[in-house]
Amino acid sequence: MTALSYNSLHHSSPQAADQIFVIVQHWIVGHAPVGLQPLLAILLSVVAIVGGFGLLFAITTILERKGLGRIQNRYGPNRVGFFGSLQPIADAIKSLTKEDIVPQTADKLVHLLAPILLVLAAFSVYAVLPVGRNMVLVNLDAGVLFFFAIGSVTEVAVFMAGWSSRNKYSLLGAMRAIAQMISYEVPLILSSLTVIMATGSLSTVSIVEKQAGYTGILPHWFIFTPWGFAGFVLFMIAATAESNRSPFDLPEGESEIIAGYYIEYSGFKFALFFLGEYLGMFAISGLAITLFLGGWNAPLPFLTWVPSYLWFFAKLLTLIVAFIWVRGTLPRLRMDQLMNFAWKFMLPMALLNLITAAVWHFMPAGPVRWLVSIVLVVVPYTVLGRNQMHKGHLEKRVYRFAE
Amino acid sequence: MLFTIFAALTVAGAVAAISLRNLVHSVLSLILAFAGLAAVYLLLGAQFIGFAQILVYVGAVAILIVFTILLTRNDGTFGHSSQASWNLGALIVIAVFGTLAWAIHSSTALHHAPPPQPEATMQQIGTALMVRFALPLEVIGLLLTAALIGAATIALHEKQERP
Repeated sequence: MTALSYNSLHHSSPQAADQIFVIVQHWIVGHAPVGLQPLLAILLSVVAIVGGFGLLFAITTILERKGLGRIQNRYGPNRVGFFGSLQPIADAIKSLTKEDIVPQTADKLVHLLAPILLVLAAFSVYAVLPVGRNMVLVNLDAGVLFFFAIGSVTEVAVFMAGWSSRNKYSLLGAMRAIAQMISYEVPLILSSLTVIMATGSLSTVSIVEKQAGYTGILPHWFIFTPWGFAGFVLFMIAATAESNRSPFDLPEGESEIIAGYYIEYSGFKFALFFLGEYLGMFAISGLAITLFLGGWNAPLPFLTWVPSYLWFFAKLLTLIVAFIWVRGTLPRLRMDQLMNFAWKFMLPMALLNLITAAVWHFMPAGPVRWLVSIVLVVVPYTVLGRNQMHKGHLEKRVYRFAE
Repeated sequence: MLFTIFAALTVAGAVAAISLRNLVHSVLSLILAFAGLAAVYLLLGAQFIGFAQILVYVGAVAILIVFTILLTRNDGTFGHSSQASWNLGALIVIAVFGTLAWAIHSSTALHHAPPPQPEATMQQIGTALMVRFALPLEVIGLLLTAALIGAATIALHEKQERP
């Protein structure tokens, strides 16, 4: 593992603003004794990740509450600070000072470990996300695989939380969450496989490097290819389901199972669940940016003077706003709709998209390649979509277990 | 040093998995053993196997076991097993362990110096899977698909029988 990739990297860009964090890190590490330098370098990066994305979490909570308020014709939080801007601090103090209630029949140890494991897994995946030029904690050869492997640990944490609470709603919520995560993990991984096919690498850093460069003013991002566009849309839908956000928020479904698997958590542990959920959303958005949206590359060739990490976070905030917008707009799916959508629409589309990516790879560049690829994306979409529409909506719904 | 920690973790997880009374606790200990094994793989420089171990065993197999337990039992606990089955189990375990130990001890691999560790990159593993071992990979894929369809068929059949 190349834990010390920072030190060996040469600065490909002379711009100081772009590399300021890397330079500062080198400067601090340079003052430490030689034996401690690798450890200190890693520690500094970890602190930066935890601090940076923790801050983003605070910003996102206020953004989401304000944005949802706007969408639903109300003000949102507006009491703490200027236009409610200090609300996250108030929330943090509240969650820290609230009493931590553990149910009497709960499995105490598992109940305690679940939120810790969730947040640990959520933070670990940031190790392979390149947030800027030369700004990645470890450049793993199997970076994307690492991301998905650690991401799957979340399911274990969710199960631990749901089971240990000894509450029927939390167990139901956990079962729903796990079934949903497993179902949507398949299209998620299959849609990102197209990028791995195109780049021939699992390393997040080299995937971003492959998307550098411009044709005219258009960047070489994978979203600007037919398979990349289809892959990005599939990836984002699966990512929404993976992070249990509306319209895929059945595991939480307030009106049906109150709050799902974290119903028996209060105080700081509840805040940890919230943190883990949002961190998961940021991480998977970060992976979408890395795979399809060119990572930290600037969108236009004359904007390359803007520091790379600013581009990454600008893209991340755009995706977060899209998530909030979707949450405020779409109603929740039903369980059968959710599963049908995953296995009968997402999965075939993701598999066909693999073929599209292969066709794109082997055909000579030119308009014919574009035409064939677009046909390969649009025709299955139309056929599958129409098929689902006719099957799902026009017949009377039969209830098997409730009447 | 690291190897000792992870090996101890793996063994502790495995021992807890077979000795704990609560089945869900056993699964969680099993997950710990899987994770420890993955860490040992990573320590040996086998990134692909290490991460695949986490993805497949922690993310899929353990969850599958959890679902199986929750769908078949109510409380997740089980009664004491009889003395006879304990004796039989111990006999089988000793026999398997003895055979394995004997095979490892008498194999020639121990007497050779280990070859210089080849740094297998992801690309090499991918090429090997897609070119040299393409047929076995396809066969396994076909087998798993057949198993999946079979399981789905069985589950569907049960649903139709219900009034």
